[in-house]
Amino acid sequence: MLKKNAETIVSIRDVHKSFGQLEVLKGVSLDVKKGEVICVIGPSGSGKSTLIRCINALNNIQGGEINVCGIDLTDPKLDKLELRKRVGMVFQQYNLFPHKTALENIIMAPTMVLKQDRAASEKRAFELMQKVRLEGKEHAYPGELSGGQQQRVAIARSLAMNPDVMLFDEVTAALDPETVKEVLVTIKDLAQEGMTCILVTHEMGFAREVADHIYFTDNGVIVEHGPPKTFFNKAKDPRTKEFLSQIL
Amino acid sequence: MASRFSTSIPGIGKNGSTDLPVLKPFAPSQPVAFNTSAWLANLPPWTGLVLLLPMMIWPFASHAGGNFTMTDAFAALIKWMPFLLKSGFLFNVIISLFAMLIGTFLGIILGLGQISKTGIIRRFSWFITQLFRNSPWLVLLFIVLLAFPFEITIFGVIIMIPDWTKAVIGLSLPIMANISEIVRGAVLSVPTAQWEAAESLAFTRQQILWRIILPQCFKRMIPPWMNWYAILTMATPLCSLLGVEEIITLSRQAMESENNHPELLVPFYSFALGLFFLYCYPIARVTMHLERRYSVKI
Repeated sequence: MLKKNAETIVSIRDVHKSFGQLEVLKGVSLDVKKGEVICVIGPSGSGKSTLIRCINALNNIQGGEINVCGIDLTDPKLDKLELRKRVGMVFQQYNLFPHKTALENIIMAPTMVLKQDRAASEKRAFELMQKVRLEGKEHAYPGELSGGQQQRVAIARSLAMNPDVMLFDEVTAALDPETVKEVLVTIKDLAQEGMTCILVTHEMGFAREVADHIYFTDNGVIVEHGPPKTFFNKAKDPRTKEFLSQIL
Repeated sequence: MASRFSTSIPGIGKNGSTDLPVLKPFAPSQPVAFNTSAWLANLPPWTGLVLLLPMMIWPFASHAGGNFTMTDAFAALIKWMPFLLKSGFLFNVIISLFAMLIGTFLGIILGLGQISKTGIIRRFSWFITQLFRNSPWLVLLFIVLLAFPFEITIFGVIIMIPDWTKAVIGLSLPIMANISEIVRGAVLSVPTAQWEAAESLAFTRQQILWRIILPQCFKRMIPPWMNWYAILTMATPLCSLLGVEEIITLSRQAMESENNHPELLVPFYSFALGLFFLYCYPIARVTMHLERRYSVKI
């Protein structure tokens, strides 16, 4: 397939990260090719979220190397803004700006960070709202939207920056089962359009359906990884088996 | 229904009472910063009339002793009222407005300094804030009065500094320190997730602070800010100790010119008290109203 020959867009090598005495990542390595969808799964506290937050430098690493779109994150002169223009991120708690409407939330970064023309940004924002199936909600404030709707606005807000990679940090964990679906459909659309996505998720069914590759983390290391079919049906590691038996 | 409860659920007695540990609804305590406004706003509006009552009955009580009658005391007060209001109380209001203006401006700068990423600026702002926040206002007033020259020369032009300007500066210092704390507290009250979301969209720190964080907490700063204005206004009579001609100074002078009859004391000071009440009470009511309104919605 095309994806096999594609360039590597995110490369993580032997990454170590501690919060004080607590070592959260103990040598994690993974590669993401352009257009791939990667799911990171694992029990709570295994370092999944920390790992994904290292990719856009919200967390600093203590050891190892991370390279995103050709930008070396261990460079002391790292231009974080340049990196973050190319990496979008969606959070568990949506984190929309509550004093701005959905439309303003979306056009803020393109106009202020990328210095794009306001009219063009607005046109694109309307397109994005359509893409996440929220036409007509452009002028609603976050407080007037449901959790699922807010999360889709948050996705549109990240997409407005035209990122090369999208990070999703447990984006459905705060939603009720019915709204989970509408958010997952949005992400699936993105994946099918060829957006490179890295997801931390507890939605196993979704991971099996959309992921090209699944990584299982436990206690700060990647225990096992593979394509969904092999991973879910022929897991080798006892820790993975135990985890899957509890979830599936 | 009631009987079913009393019989079928262990631990729950008749009328739904229980001896089991129960989590009561969370009732947040009144923020300490609002003590003044909360207390003032909780007074019924007719308190103002009660305050004016001593002014009415004092001359009756003291009538027996001398030949200075209630009518005389009242006539004196009514004669002086327009002067006390226009030259006295109005000046208190002017002092409070200027002190608030300067205090707010400096306080915002100092408050933002307290959340600076540069350690020296942060520690310096913190020190200044704590210093002026915890000093007695009267001491600050005297220091400013004595430390500042009565005139300064800029490019050969001599500019006089009247005492009331010094009073404004002296009063603006504790206001500055308290506004600084309000700004710091409000910025820190915005969840860090907002910072992270903005950072991940490649906003600079300046943009995040001015365009995303401060607009969110602006509303939350208004009630405590008004609370401090009310406190400041009620502190302006301190200026009379510096010889500034505000309402208390003028009341004293007016009584002197009326031959210092002791019968005058209560009517004149009650009048001043009534004026402060009439001015600060609505502010306190609005403050508490806004506080309730803004505390619900984040």
